[in-house]
Amino acid sequence: MSTTAATDCAVSLRAVGKSYANGVVALDQLDLDVRPGEFVSLLGPSGCGKSTALRILAGLSEPTSGAVIWPRPDAPRGEREIGFVFQEPTLMPWATVAGNVRLPLDLQGIDAATAAPRVTAALARVGLADFADVYPRELSGGMKMRVSIARALVTESTLLLMDEPFAALDEITRFKLNDDLLSLWENLRKTVVFVTHSVFESVYLSSRIVVMTPRPGRVFTEFAIDASYPRDQRFRTSAEYGVLCRRASEALAAAAKAKSDATP
Amino acid sequence: MSEEPIRPQGRSEDVLRLVLPIILLGLGILVWELIVRLKGIPPYILPAPSLVFATLISDWPLLSESLAVTLVTTLEGFVLALIGGVGLALLFNLSRLVEYSLYPYAVILQVTPVVAIAPLLLIYLPQQGAVLACAWIVAFFPVLANTTLGLNSVDHNLVDLFRLYGASRTQVLWRLKLPSALPYILGGLKIAGGLSLIGAVVAEIAAGAAGAGSGLAYRISESGYRLNIPRMFAALVLLSVVGILIYFALSFLSHLMLRRWHESAVSREA
Repeated sequence: MSTTAATDCAVSLRAVGKSYANGVVALDQLDLDVRPGEFVSLLGPSGCGKSTALRILAGLSEPTSGAVIWPRPDAPRGEREIGFVFQEPTLMPWATVAGNVRLPLDLQGIDAATAAPRVTAALARVGLADFADVYPRELSGGMKMRVSIARALVTESTLLLMDEPFAALDEITRFKLNDDLLSLWENLRKTVVFVTHSVFESVYLSSRIVVMTPRPGRVFTEFAIDASYPRDQRFRTSAEYGVLCRRASEALAAAAKAKSDATP
Repeated sequence: MSEEPIRPQGRSEDVLRLVLPIILLGLGILVWELIVRLKGIPPYILPAPSLVFATLISDWPLLSESLAVTLVTTLEGFVLALIGGVGLALLFNLSRLVEYSLYPYAVILQVTPVVAIAPLLLIYLPQQGAVLACAWIVAFFPVLANTTLGLNSVDHNLVDLFRLYGASRTQVLWRLKLPSALPYILGGLKIAGGLSLIGAVVAEIAAGAAGAGSGLAYRISESGYRLNIPRMFAALVLLSVVGILIYFALSFLSHLMLRRWHESAVSREA
């Protein structure tokens, strides 16, 4: 793949490697193109470097080799803005829900009057319009995660990076948040990079799945999930969903096997 | 999973926590009074509570003056401990080199008994300055240690989040580090409040032995020399009350600042 191919991408990783001082190689020669408007999942077992790849995309971690390529490197900051959702809600306990959601705007120096309607809108999108003045500790795990998503939406960045955001939630809450995330994605036309170790979650959400091998993390295979959106409970119980899940599971198993064959 | 928020609830146990110690205090005073009266113990050995109270009132002009002196010293020592402790912790947080260089000396200052330092300070500093220095020396360390711990306990994901949104160093300090450290700082201040009083008293006693001073502790040692035991007790009661008031004031402040969000201050339904 040539570097020029990256220009029509939202963001790309080129031959990215990441190794740590203790000798662990987290990523090796990782290539990834994120296309505008897609919902791409990085699927792989724990320790395959998918979270590391996401952190490198976000600029939270520097690659040891290779590069992160933005379509317009000279673009103003706003265009490279990223919404990031961590595995934990990562809320400031001393600030109200509205205060937490307003944080990215506060840090940009946007005054309270301008920020207020944007905060209200972001909270309304995740269904928490009535909870603006509540403190995080008064919320359930699912609601905290919604606040975290609202905070990622408030900057109106086009790229949303999510690091196993629903892994710690119970299944009912996770299904609900999956549905809500999909409708947000469809309505707001965001580009989402979603890290998960759940086959079922990745198939349900994604337009494309990238399967990674562990240690060192690399792309093993990738395939499109062509099922049409909007997806709902019917899709989750359809034969098509079952077939796709089996395909993803087999790819994941093959990735693990390819790894164990390579290192006897 | 319910998506109803959990609202904190008040509790009636608070009443018991207030009333029980007061009942015990009343009983103690009663027993003390009875023993002194029934056994006919002379006041220069053990004055009855009623006599201590009477002395408190009759000597009030003298005692209140001393009380004011001690209070001002304690308050000044406390404020300096707050500024010094938090300031030094922030400095340590900004620069590892400064931390490595200075922290051992902060510890040495803390572990060297202040009773032993006080006479030295009285030689080199004017008396009021020496008393203040003692109050500061004992009070600043808990603030420093707690603030340092607090500043180092910031949620790493939140640090990442602030970085991601391009926060400046000042923004990270004011919006992330200080609020994160606030419960620890307030914990340190609760200890420092009592300690600054202890520091002031120790220095006053040392200064009193050198023949100067007018604080409550000085009154205690002076009354001791004069065998005016009821006044000794009266001054001691005042010191005790001051200590209790400082503790409650700081607890209340801590509660006000943390009640909405910190686990330590939010009451839960049993």
